[in-house]
Amino acid sequence: MDLRYSEADEKFRAELGAWLKEAVPAHGKAPSIHDWPGRRAYDTGWQRKLFDAGYAGVNWPKEYGGRDATLTEQLVYYEEIARAHAPYVGVNFVGMLHGGPTVITEGTEQQKAKHIPRILRGEEVWCQGFSEPVAGSDLAALQTRAVRDGDVYRVTGHKIWTSFAQVSDYCELLVRTNPDASKHKGISWLIMPMDLPGIDIRPLPTIIGDSDFSEVFLEDVPVPVENLVGEENDGWRVTNVTLRFERGTAFASEMYQLQESLRDVVEIAKRVTRHGVVVWEDRALRREVGHLQSELDSLWAMMKLSVSETAQTGMPGLGASAIKLYYTELYQRVCELALGVLGRAGLAREDVGGLPTQDALRRMLNSLSLTIAGGTSQVQRNIISERILGLPREPR
Amino acid sequence: MDFRVNEDQAALQEGIRSFCEGRVSIEQLRELEGKGFESELWSELAEMGVFGLRLPEADGGVGLGTADAVLVFEELGKALVPGPLAWTHLAAGLVDGAADGTAVVGGLDLSDGHGAPYIIEHFENLDVLLLLYADRIERVAPKALDAKPVATPLDPLTPIFEVSEIPEGEVIGGAEDAQRMRFEGAVLVSGQLLGITETTLAMSLEYTKGREQFNRPIGGFQALKHIMADCFVRQEATRAVVYAAGATIDDPLAGDVSRAVSSAKAMAGESAWKNSRAAVQLHGGMGFTWEVPVHYYLKRTRVLENVFGTSEEHADALAEGLGQAVA
Ligand SMILES: Cc1cc2nc3c(=O)[nH]c(=O)nc-3n(C[C@H](O)[C@H](O)[C@H](O)COP(=O)(O)OP(=O)(O)OC[C@H]3O[C@@H](n4cnc5c(N)ncnc54)[C@H](O)[C@@H]3O)c2cc1C
Repeated sequence: MDLRYSEADEKFRAELGAWLKEAVPAHGKAPSIHDWPGRRAYDTGWQRKLFDAGYAGVNWPKEYGGRDATLTEQLVYYEEIARAHAPYVGVNFVGMLHGGPTVITEGTEQQKAKHIPRILRGEEVWCQGFSEPVAGSDLAALQTRAVRDGDVYRVTGHKIWTSFAQVSDYCELLVRTNPDASKHKGISWLIMPMDLPGIDIRPLPTIIGDSDFSEVFLEDVPVPVENLVGEENDGWRVTNVTLRFERGTAFASEMYQLQESLRDVVEIAKRVTRHGVVVWEDRALRREVGHLQSELDSLWAMMKLSVSETAQTGMPGLGASAIKLYYTELYQRVCELALGVLGRAGLAREDVGGLPTQDALRRMLNSLSLTIAGGTSQVQRNIISERILGLPREPR
Repeated sequence: MDFRVNEDQAALQEGIRSFCEGRVSIEQLRELEGKGFESELWSELAEMGVFGLRLPEADGGVGLGTADAVLVFEELGKALVPGPLAWTHLAAGLVDGAADGTAVVGGLDLSDGHGAPYIIEHFENLDVLLLLYADRIERVAPKALDAKPVATPLDPLTPIFEVSEIPEGEVIGGAEDAQRMRFEGAVLVSGQLLGITETTLAMSLEYTKGREQFNRPIGGFQALKHIMADCFVRQEATRAVVYAAGATIDDPLAGDVSRAVSSAKAMAGESAWKNSRAAVQLHGGMGFTWEVPVHYYLKRTRVLENVFGTSEEHADALAEGLGQAVA
């Protein structure tokens, strides 16, 4: 039960911290949410800087351009990135946080050599084509068909909620390759180039007012057979690898960032007045802040324990569901607390009265998606109660 | 950094677990209702090293750290072992006979500044009473106090006495010692609360898997499954933060001790309470009976919640710290 970071870890922290101190302000302000070429350039440009400085893919193998760092260095990395308010992974989310890791774990040598270095350098943007109108929580009900035709699969179907589809180069795509098998048995995991003929992307406006996700219509799209990851019809197993990464480690930096968000709440509370007194003097507010601090510390300790275990197995365990569930619900509580503190200032989506309302409101609205995306909170509770606690299963 | 429980620690915990399973079963606890103390058991706990665990070997102790002690107290919490465990453990090295079990040491935490009535646990079994103030530790002989027994304590295994006036005692520690005792006490008790958090979930699982209604195990109803999933998340989060507090006391360079301790105690108190309450609900009418031991856990939680700082006091302390850190 050793919690202390080693001297080497602290040296890494100091170097990274010093680099971030220059690099973050130098990268400038994020472009408008509607400026897609600008957003892609901003996010991938940051990824390239990380790569050039040796900080891309801290836990990825060296042979594909990663840093192959120790697990504690990864944690230090997450902490420092959050502390420095570095740009969010943004459009690199799928490639860096679950698509790439899945290819590293399950892909062929050729697939790894082709994609991993380019993802790391910010040259390849990925999206996730899992959900369909008929297949949300019941992901295995997906119907998008892939029919083998020589060297290609001909893919036809309808994906939805595909984040960043409009700026992606590749899509981690789930398709049905055997319609006669039971629903979990006929699925395959493909890498689909987004520039193939037959792909139609229609952005969907979100409650934030951006259009970060889209519907993607696929008609007779010829995806090369060599882009199959894992075996044909073994895609459900590969999917679970992807989902473990998506739920387990993908949010580490944001998780630590929540500590910063809680500090922001305190800062705002010290600047606003209600009933003639500074809001921070409100004992009920302070107590809730204290409880949240305790819970955020618990969450981060959980993450440390989980990472210590992952170091042995290479992949997050089922406990990832517990972390995802807890993190997303805490995130919403912090955001709601901020909303309460802002009061009427929280009616504005841009900064008013010198308060950081724009950011607080964006985070609050976005927080509502966290308990839906990546498997809803209810689905995580099903997974925990059935697969960890051994309670009877839901019909499936 | 490798935050996992290591092999030695797992063995230590396993040793205490099997001792408790054999020696402190629910049937044996029932026998102790109203008494909450058995001197033989106390000697055996001392022999197991429960009290002298962190005392240096040169002084007759086991020479282990706070993280190790947390694992031991987690097991004591799971088994509901009664008695002034944390106080006697904390007194090892400070009060002769505490480590080897010949002196039973209790305590009263006055560092939060609360006034009368003063409630003291296990008073009639104490050889020494510690008074923990914010700036010092005193010891007094129990007979110097005018203590009235409370006929019906909330926890049937933790007898309490009421005292209206606190005499002056002999000062045996200064402000630093007092603070250390408060931190260590909070972490040990958090270990016990973690144990309660775990056992009450285990009881809920066992019961809901076996009990059938509407021709199926009630554990298959999603409304109950989701309650237990939340109990599990709470348990895992509490385990992590409580272990982290123990490890931080052992190695203050690994974090901020005061924050780590407050986070642990605030979390553990909340979790033990929520999971025990959930257990009552999930057991239905059975959960409301004296026979099913869920209520022992629920009641012990209140005892442990109200020593070395309540969840709310620790939450306030955390907010205070954060407020100071934010200009
Ligand atoms: C911002 C955002 C980004 C996303 N990005 C992507 C992406 O890039 N790629 C992608 O493939 N998908 C993406 N998704 C989709 C996401 O994975 C799905 O929305 C999610 O899995 C839920 O599916 P659904 O929307 O069909 O809701 P439904 O499954 O219809 O759920 C509706 C409600 O019913 C509940 N429910 C459903 N089944 C059960 C059950 N068995 N037990 C209890 N309750 C149940 C749910 O918890 C929910 O509250 C994104 C979603 C959002 C919000």
